[in-house]
Amino acid sequence: MAKFIVVGGGLAGLMASIKLAEAGQEVQLFSIVPVKRSHSVCAQGGINAAVNIKGENDSPDLHFHDTCKGGDFLGEQPPIKEMCYAAPSIIFMFDRMGVTFNRTPEGNLDFRRFGGTLVSRTAFAGATTGQQLLYALDEQVRRWEAEGKVTKFEGWEALSVVKDDSGACRGLCAVNLSSMEIKTFPADAVILASGGPGQVYRQSTHSMVNTGSIVSEVYQQGADYGNPEMIQIHPTAIPGIDKLRLMSESARGEGGRVWVPKKKGDNRDPKQIPEGERWYFLEEKYPVFKNLVPRDVASREIHHVAVDMGLGVGGQLMVYLDLTHIDKATLNRKLGGILEIYEKFMGEDPREVPMKIFPAMHYSMGGLWVDYERKADGFLDKQSPKNQSTSIPGLYAIGECEYQYHGANRLGANSLLSCVFAGQLVAPAVQSYAKAKKEAAPASAFQAEEKRWTERFAKIQAMKGAENPYALHRELGELMVANVSIVRDNAKLKETLTKIDALMERWHHVHSVDDSRWANHPMLFINQLWNMLELAKIITLGALNRDESRGAHYKPAFPDRDDTKWMKSTIASWTSAGPKLSYRDIDVSLDKPVARHYD
Amino acid sequence: MPNTIELKFWRQDAQDTPGYWEEFSLPYQPNMNVISCLMEIQVKPVNKAGKTVNPVIWESNCLEEVCGSCSMVINGVPRQACAALVDKLEQPITVKPLSKFRTVRDLIVDRTPMFQALAKVKAWIPIDGTYDLGPGPKIPPQQAERMYEFSKCMTCGCCMEACPQYSQKSEFIGPAPIGQAYLFNQNPTGAMNKDERNHALMGVGGVADCGKAQNCAKVCPKEIPLTDAIAEMGRETTVQWFKDLFAKTK
Repeated sequence: MAKFIVVGGGLAGLMASIKLAEAGQEVQLFSIVPVKRSHSVCAQGGINAAVNIKGENDSPDLHFHDTCKGGDFLGEQPPIKEMCYAAPSIIFMFDRMGVTFNRTPEGNLDFRRFGGTLVSRTAFAGATTGQQLLYALDEQVRRWEAEGKVTKFEGWEALSVVKDDSGACRGLCAVNLSSMEIKTFPADAVILASGGPGQVYRQSTHSMVNTGSIVSEVYQQGADYGNPEMIQIHPTAIPGIDKLRLMSESARGEGGRVWVPKKKGDNRDPKQIPEGERWYFLEEKYPVFKNLVPRDVASREIHHVAVDMGLGVGGQLMVYLDLTHIDKATLNRKLGGILEIYEKFMGEDPREVPMKIFPAMHYSMGGLWVDYERKADGFLDKQSPKNQSTSIPGLYAIGECEYQYHGANRLGANSLLSCVFAGQLVAPAVQSYAKAKKEAAPASAFQAEEKRWTERFAKIQAMKGAENPYALHRELGELMVANVSIVRDNAKLKETLTKIDALMERWHHVHSVDDSRWANHPMLFINQLWNMLELAKIITLGALNRDESRGAHYKPAFPDRDDTKWMKSTIASWTSAGPKLSYRDIDVSLDKPVARHYD
Repeated sequence: MPNTIELKFWRQDAQDTPGYWEEFSLPYQPNMNVISCLMEIQVKPVNKAGKTVNPVIWESNCLEEVCGSCSMVINGVPRQACAALVDKLEQPITVKPLSKFRTVRDLIVDRTPMFQALAKVKAWIPIDGTYDLGPGPKIPPQQAERMYEFSKCMTCGCCMEACPQYSQKSEFIGPAPIGQAYLFNQNPTGAMNKDERNHALMGVGGVADCGKAQNCAKVCPKEIPLTDAIAEMGRETTVQWFKDLFAKTK
């Protein structure tokens, strides 16, 4: 029996834990929040699988093609193919776990439409699918916990990995959020499932814990980072001071229509604007996919119509998303959860009034670079220790914190799938890795890591400068939202890099804010803030270097996709002199890259 | 329009130290909620008396009322702080940690007993394995919708806070885990193990300890009909009692 550490209790981390426990292995599961409160709960619309229950001739191959094309041919094709073929069995597994999926009148699983495809491929549980899937895995992990196979460390934040002299990962260093105890934990392999870096933008649809801090930390410890510039801006979010709440793509999947008044500055109540004076610009420009074009396309069009043409609602980057033509019972049954969110936070009933929505940072396609082992037929060798392995031996990454499934743009309802699939795939990989006998890791490696963190936090706690760390975080977020978002410009990206450097300099002059030795979360935040700055740098630098437009990465100065030069993964490596970028060829042998049209 | 937002937060520096109220006065902005007020305090940790203090520490994650983290007692009502909109609250807004759980610091409480209770009632489907065994049972859409209502439970603890029978000292398991036992008993596969869940809710601390105050369903942020589940589990455990008796005498 080997011992494995999983960092993060969202869908990916829980799935990996279950698979390992089922194989008789011992798992230690680390999470900042009780795992049931992980960010996966925010996923709303559904999970994709070509079950073809509606007689539309859907197939895993079509799902595979839609995903490659949706990602604008920057995804690694063998793992995507394996994922699409595994998808139906994943839905059935959740079905057996008791997920309360919506049903057809016959009692079968119901599927709905989502962006970037023309078939009904998305299984859903109302509009809280992520929450429902997470709960199913949470329940199964609790069952394994009761049997003693999984030990949870909830309320612990992972700080770094412990490396031996050869550079291999031999365990984890973590801090307890209450006692502030810093401790190392040995393991045969460590799996990171720590989620995305939304807090780098602060105003995003991500949760509070999604700082990407541990990912940034292992990047600084030598793990390569892939495609940092590929950040998805979701076209439909709700404004907010504390966070930008998501309005699921399923609203359009169920028939929601996006429009603006045809006349600039038309301030009438939207219900008073007659049909002929509304511009359904997505339907007009994309007569085939209509409102269900992929997210990058929709966000760009909204930006173009609202900002460039000046037709945004109230003169802002804002458009209407209209559900009022659909009957209320259907809306409540299929979208209830998200309509409640809109009603609660905006004070208007979206069943009666068109919703006001705007684009917001939502997902990172980029993440830690991970490997895979393909067979001649294009599928994966599922026993290979290479699958999901980072460039640090013994360190694996799954879920939003890795880079390989979504290329330059993720299709809606593919994120839950990639989390669960990678969670399944990583379990045999780490077990194969652990079979190769290694000498016991030297105790000195663990002691050195504990000492490093004890000293770092002592230093942070002693900082008494004039800068407030939370105010610096706001500045970082505003900078990233303004300049590393839907439309990218090289001069502004260069300026952003200079400003990030200035923020890093100012970080050294922060005030530690909280003088307590107990549950001192501001102290942990100051460390996370530094790590967010490191990530901001590679996101911006990756965007600056890539002189083309592909998926979510759009530069008006370079409006076309350039496959000869740029059909490559950006690889960022940390050096003490700053990030170093290199480019790696990708396997596009299974689905030939074609021009990406949705009209 | 008011110029300020007046708030009173309950502070407690550590688990075993006495608590105290601290007042804050923040510049008014429209569309604030209790979480965005706490974020303002992080940026400018100065209390109403003008004294620089440690920022108030709290627990939150999703900020859209689906994770269950940020339960607090706000103006006397247990609810999610992210959905507590300042414009709809009477001021001064009073914010306290849930009282039915051990306070860790300021507004953070330890809700471990709730997760332990889920293990006690075996709130899961005992599947054979995660390998491919094909689809699950067909379920009528009406039944799926009924189960969905209960599967939205975030383990936030608002129902436990509002329940007169539940406390750190009492043995009553509380409304949330009863709702989950009911949910898994409804599932066709889960029903195969309903005896185990029923037994966990019989005897001391079980469903019979409910005082029928009905506060739980009133405060539930997800409007889960918890009282229906408690009534149903009351019936199920009674049937179970006779079933057990019959099995013994046979």
